[in-house]
Amino acid sequence: MHLQPDRPIAVDIRDAVKTYGDFTALKHVSLSIQDNEFFTLLGPSGCGKTTLLRMIAGFEDVTAGEIMLFGQPIADLPPYQRPVNTVFQNYALFPHMSVLENVSFGLEMLGQSTAQARLRAGEVLEMVQLSQFAARKPAQLSGGQQQRVALARALAPQPKVLLLDEPLSALDLKLRKAMQLELKHLQRETGITFIFVTHDQEEALTMSDRIAVMSAGQVQQLGAARDIYERPINRFVADFIGDTNLIEVVVTRVENAQASCQMTGGHVLLCEAVDGVQAGARVHLSLRPERLFLTQAGAGPDGLRGRVRENIFIGTDITTIVALDQGPSFTIRASNSARGNARVFAPGTDVVINTEQGAGRLLVS
Amino acid sequence: MAGGGQTSGASQSDSFAPVRYWLLLPSWLTLLVLVLAPVSMMALYSFLTKEFRGGVVWDFTLAAYDQFFFDRGLFGDEPPKLQWTYIAIFWRSIWQAGLATLMSLLIGFPTAYFIATRPEKQRALWVFLITIPYWVNLLIRTVSMKFLLREQGPLNDFLLSTGLLSEPLAIVNTNFAVQLGLFYSYLPFMVLPIYAAVERYNFTLSEAAADLYATRWVILRRIILPSVKPGIIAGCILVFVPSLGSFLAPDLLGGAKNFMIGSLIEEQFKGNAGNWPFGAAASMILLTMVMLILMIFAHQQAKGGK
Repeated sequence: MHLQPDRPIAVDIRDAVKTYGDFTALKHVSLSIQDNEFFTLLGPSGCGKTTLLRMIAGFEDVTAGEIMLFGQPIADLPPYQRPVNTVFQNYALFPHMSVLENVSFGLEMLGQSTAQARLRAGEVLEMVQLSQFAARKPAQLSGGQQQRVALARALAPQPKVLLLDEPLSALDLKLRKAMQLELKHLQRETGITFIFVTHDQEEALTMSDRIAVMSAGQVQQLGAARDIYERPINRFVADFIGDTNLIEVVVTRVENAQASCQMTGGHVLLCEAVDGVQAGARVHLSLRPERLFLTQAGAGPDGLRGRVRENIFIGTDITTIVALDQGPSFTIRASNSARGNARVFAPGTDVVINTEQGAGRLLVS
Repeated sequence: MAGGGQTSGASQSDSFAPVRYWLLLPSWLTLLVLVLAPVSMMALYSFLTKEFRGGVVWDFTLAAYDQFFFDRGLFGDEPPKLQWTYIAIFWRSIWQAGLATLMSLLIGFPTAYFIATRPEKQRALWVFLITIPYWVNLLIRTVSMKFLLREQGPLNDFLLSTGLLSEPLAIVNTNFAVQLGLFYSYLPFMVLPIYAAVERYNFTLSEAAADLYATRWVILRRIILPSVKPGIIAGCILVFVPSLGSFLAPDLLGGAKNFMIGSLIEEQFKGNAGNWPFGAAASMILLTMVMLILMIFAHQQAKGGK
């Protein structure tokens, strides 16, 4: 699970269950989040990620199981006694208070004098580059600025853990990308554990030290960004993270940790074997579009044959859709470079789909 | 203003622009006939001379106002002294209406909050339940209240039977009975605007405050109340203003000792014994007071919204 032994566990979720009437939102989730980690809960809407975050914050009670914060059980503590702060999806800034009052609110509640709280709030506002807006009301700020105020407000009391509930989803793409990097840097500078909830896989990959991919109230896979992208453990994760071509194959032979996978049409591909794969098994194979490349039919070694149906130019890359002679269509991505462009062919061209070494990933479930 | 809902300052296209004034005509006519004309008449009458059997004589005089504020002795020939009788009635009215408003707020706010936090489908039912008693005529409700509260009434019977009291409580004909009557008469006017404000309130703000270490009491005081303040002010005005001029509750529940300004005005227009200019003058003074109070409220609200 890539836990680093020298760091304490910040949040330990043990076998947490959450039910609403008949509906089970979380089914026995166990997670250990380390101190000073940028941890992301990633999944489609309704997968239970926000419920889990709200349970850590104290807005939802835990049906069964336990949540520990630095070794202390917190399930019975009300939200205002938990040393965690939240950045809300729609910011939830207090509309009748100025920016400075918003940011100093938590500090005052912790017993600091107004002067002291305002001083510290001013420092945090400087950190998020909003000093000149301190006297404004939230409604007088842009979405991006409101987002920073929400961040400053949650960081000001120096929580042990910062919870972020899809905080970037209301921003436009450019601002979102800038904020992603800023959040990541902020996490490094402050050393506070960040638990970030998002449904945007790219956002998760960009920022996180580790990601828990969730679906249907369960953690599907837990690991570093690269791990999850390169070695998804099931079809859901492979499909949800990035783009992929999922095809059904039959394993014909397993030898030296290599599995021979036969596709419809007879073509055989060698992949790294995974646990539980035996000869004769019918499994799925995930092939990332950027790990595939095209050659003109007859010009190189034989492989999966097909015909180019469409090329889609998306700036940095060119996506080609190839209809296989037998089987589904494939998506192949070439970078918009001299090398990549040499591998793009006009629609109608007969091509062979080649796979890079280790491109295929077997999925048993 | 708190609670969101800002409209942009940009001009909006009005598809009714060409016929705007014709469509507004009924409203203007109604306002003219039912508001402006009667108020002007009242203002005019307050400066006229009273006729012996009610009605007025068209002689301009300040006598009505003079009578309200000053005492010139039995024959009107002594030097004027400030006359406290009517001012005291006025003061009592403000006090009574103020306490009734306070009671309505203390009961109305939790009620409104309760309704606004029910599941959306149930809210209409709760609002409906609140308004049911008000389908009955106010006079009948006030009289029933008197029956409920009197010494041989159900309330005292109950309290005596439980052994909590050894002698019946004398509630009727006290200031408290009047406050209770006013409170009961106008409670929905407090509940409904506050309900509307709380329903618009973004409850995530309460969560955000709890997340920032605020206890429930602090959340109520520093986050919820400021956010729903417009609703509270509207409710207070809607209860205070009619309470101030009310005469049913003071007459029926307060007895002769607890006269309020509404009863004083009412008497001036009853039968042959009245004094129309004096009644009109008292009404004008009441109207001025109410306007002043409303302006102070409006000013406060504008200051809070900036």
